[in-house]
Amino acid sequence: MTDLFLESEVERLLLEATTSRSRRVKNRLASLWMVGSLLVALVPLTLVIGYVLFKGAGEISLAWFTEDLPAITRKPGGGMGPAIVGTLLITAGAAILAVPLGILGAVYLHEYGGKTYTARLVRFMADVMTGVPSIVMGLFIYTVWTLQFGLEGIGGSLALACLMLPIIIRSTEEMLRLVPDELRQASYALGNRKWRTIITVVLPASFGGITSGVMIAIARAAGETAPLVFTIGAARNLNLDLFNGPMTALSVQIFGNAQTPFDAAQARAWGAALTLVGIVFIFTVLARVISARVARRHNA
Amino acid sequence: MPDDEQTRRSSLNPVTDEDIPNAEVSPMSSETLPATSITPTTAAAPVAARAAEIASDASAPNVVFDVRDLNVFYGAFKAVRDVNLSVHKHEITAFIGPSGCGKSTVLRCFDRMNDLIESARVEGQVLYHGVDLYDPRIDPVEVRKRIGMVFQKPNPFPKSIYDNIAFGPKISGSKENLDDVVEKALRQAALWDEVKDRLKKSAMGLSGGQQQRLCIARAIAVEPEVILMDEPCSALDPIATARIEDLMQELKSEYTILIVTHNMQQAARVSDRTAFFTTEVNPESDTRTGMLVEFDSTNTIFSAPSDERTENYVTGRFG
Amino acid sequence: MSPLSTDELVVSRELPGDDGSVLLGSASRRRGDTLFRGVALGAGLVVLFVLALIAASTTKEAWPAFQQEGLSFVTSSTWIPSEGKYGALAFIYGTILSSLIAVVLAVPVSLGIALYANEAAPRRLRRPVVYVMDLLAAIPSVVYGLWGIIVLAPAIKPVYEAINGAVGGVPVLGWFFNGTSGRSFMTAGIILAIMITPIITSLSREVIATVPSAQREAAYGMGATRWEMIRAAVLPWSRGGITGAVMLGLGRAMGETIAVALVIGSQAQITTHLFEAGDSMAAVIVNQFGESSGNHRSALIGLGVVLFIVTILVNVSARSIVARFDRRSRGM
Repeated sequence: MTDLFLESEVERLLLEATTSRSRRVKNRLASLWMVGSLLVALVPLTLVIGYVLFKGAGEISLAWFTEDLPAITRKPGGGMGPAIVGTLLITAGAAILAVPLGILGAVYLHEYGGKTYTARLVRFMADVMTGVPSIVMGLFIYTVWTLQFGLEGIGGSLALACLMLPIIIRSTEEMLRLVPDELRQASYALGNRKWRTIITVVLPASFGGITSGVMIAIARAAGETAPLVFTIGAARNLNLDLFNGPMTALSVQIFGNAQTPFDAAQARAWGAALTLVGIVFIFTVLARVISARVARRHNA
Repeated sequence: MPDDEQTRRSSLNPVTDEDIPNAEVSPMSSETLPATSITPTTAAAPVAARAAEIASDASAPNVVFDVRDLNVFYGAFKAVRDVNLSVHKHEITAFIGPSGCGKSTVLRCFDRMNDLIESARVEGQVLYHGVDLYDPRIDPVEVRKRIGMVFQKPNPFPKSIYDNIAFGPKISGSKENLDDVVEKALRQAALWDEVKDRLKKSAMGLSGGQQQRLCIARAIAVEPEVILMDEPCSALDPIATARIEDLMQELKSEYTILIVTHNMQQAARVSDRTAFFTTEVNPESDTRTGMLVEFDSTNTIFSAPSDERTENYVTGRFG
Repeated sequence: MSPLSTDELVVSRELPGDDGSVLLGSASRRRGDTLFRGVALGAGLVVLFVLALIAASTTKEAWPAFQQEGLSFVTSSTWIPSEGKYGALAFIYGTILSSLIAVVLAVPVSLGIALYANEAAPRRLRRPVVYVMDLLAAIPSVVYGLWGIIVLAPAIKPVYEAINGAVGGVPVLGWFFNGTSGRSFMTAGIILAIMITPIITSLSREVIATVPSAQREAAYGMGATRWEMIRAAVLPWSRGGITGAVMLGLGRAMGETIAVALVIGSQAQITTHLFEAGDSMAAVIVNQFGESSGNHRSALIGLGVVLFIVTILVNVSARSIVARFDRRSRGM
């Protein structure tokens, strides 16, 4: 137990010798609360991951990735191909929309705006925007896009992009803040203009951190459900065209199948959950690996 | 060579046309100048005696910078006042003085790095070959291409050694072979032998002294005329400092060097001319404004200064 | 590069010699900076544009329902689409209740983990603790919902039944710990608590990390135990920031849709009984949207507008608390 805490045996003995019993007991209880909290949080994490792994693993096969969704959901069979492709395509579309905008917005905030009124307003509103519920983003895109253009993948991409944008802006701005001003000065002193300094010095210097933030935003977007429900429709077959016709996604499939009482459908939901968690984890791990590798390359 | 310089000099400085007997002066200079001319030198100098002194000094053919009545403000705060001095070609000019005396601030006026501080404002003139660097039409970016700078803390880019050196030539669209440029710059900075086998490795892996020489190499790769050095050795150990000082002596033949240093011995060792700055307290606001006390040959400054404050400083009685 | 304008030609003649004219630069070269700044500014302004557009477009679509119901949209709890009645009070209640349960459950755990990770854990355990929280945050909400509806709800039903049997008749306790539905306010609250714990933890950790070590050392220097040090130095310093973190967690819980939709039970009722089925705004929207049309759909979008306003208010106040805290801790 003692090795769960910072203090050494000597410190503990010292504490015992010099502190009254009630104070020691309180200290002990507080320590138990802290470790206990961690254990409490580990319980659902282990359970959820465990269930997803054990219940989902049985579904995964080659057909799972290649075949279309079954026509009758309460019977076993079919695959998740269209949903996997849908998740990847829609998320990719969102990333293409949100990443450049987000990075440019952060460049404005940190390199140009600074403490001006406009920059502070944008910064505050970006923070506020991260708190807008994903379902509201879905309704928003439904009203401005789906009502005009119908159900299609790009609507989902737009909604996810709205969710990603403020996250990317704020994480990128944090990373730009870490770029030492000396680098900017070195570039200016060589006669480099500000915009080229940003492109050739500032952004490359923070590449690892920015990428890591982007990956985390992508991972979060890939797992979203609510923004897709109103915007991408429902499809059983593979649709590779973001701009034409309904699509489906893993999260939407999990949601739909979870609500049915049928074993086969629920099993499919677990399979889709495993696939989705897998995709999300790949991006999360990628984020860590990239930032660690870039950091190593620059500092070694 | 002197003849050549004379020609170049005169064609660059419309101000001192009259002072220069050589007639190779642009015929249209003074007549075509509009009211808001870049060079109102003769009319603008308020202190006549001092101005005359500077003018005679400035008319010397090898003056690169001529600073006239320079004041620098940060917002309403006057950071430095009334600086007058001239910088000569292929010489090392040192700025010394206690901390807060504005020597770095003045140095940053020579390549307009002060522009990057929003509240900074400059009055007076910094004439570069007779052209006022603070004329509104001057593009500071172009100024910085010709006047390089080395900073207090070595600040290599987090890129490879090669890319650090090639950075400047690349952005200014140099047509030369980059490999040659890189090698030449590294040789000039006495770094080539140490790094030639690891040009593609990150510059962050070099020692502090190597990094600083890399920064010097990076500055000279764009072939500036002047190199400004802002306490380049303050973060380095004595051995690395000695190497940089040796390097400065070698570079002197090709470049004009200005160095700010807090180390008097360094100024005495390396420089040809020395400017001594100090601060004066403004009684009503309790702020400190920097000012130039004395500017002369380094020999004079350290052996026979004319101002008591300089003498106190160089003999260690103050600061 | 574009050719020099006549204006620039005159200028170059005024500055004879190559140095002088070169130093002038040219408008076209300076234009790059203006252009890039404009593009970056435009990207930043997209945030403001999108937020304004969200408010405008959803309000416009919701207008027919707002017009029909007036204030009773938020004061009535009668929601019968087939009769054209849209009173959302029960859903607003459900959103608030389930989120409050989540916060009450999540705060002690989050704070405990944050303090452990920053103050008590040995160095080698700190990173793993952070990783665990990252992992918890990375799992999509729909997966929590799936686990909640298939595993948690059936498993927790007997627990509810036992508690209900034990204290259901007791005054005060019985008002709350009543009901026997596996899908209930409480189950939704538990799932939400799991989801907001990593958020509150990581924000609190950031805040706690800003406590100056001088303050810690001062407390230890007077012979304080670790807990006494935390109470004397860490908590007072970070109280504002932790409050902000908790409110951000609350905002996140209120907006969470899918997991809640799966486990709250989808029954519009206002009751203090935590173990009974209820419904939340977000859950109603996602559950009824597909089969809605006309004013019903407009009313559902109206729920979105209410949700948007509520979460914005919660977030803005949370951010201002955090901002005020930031200023203080940076000594401004």
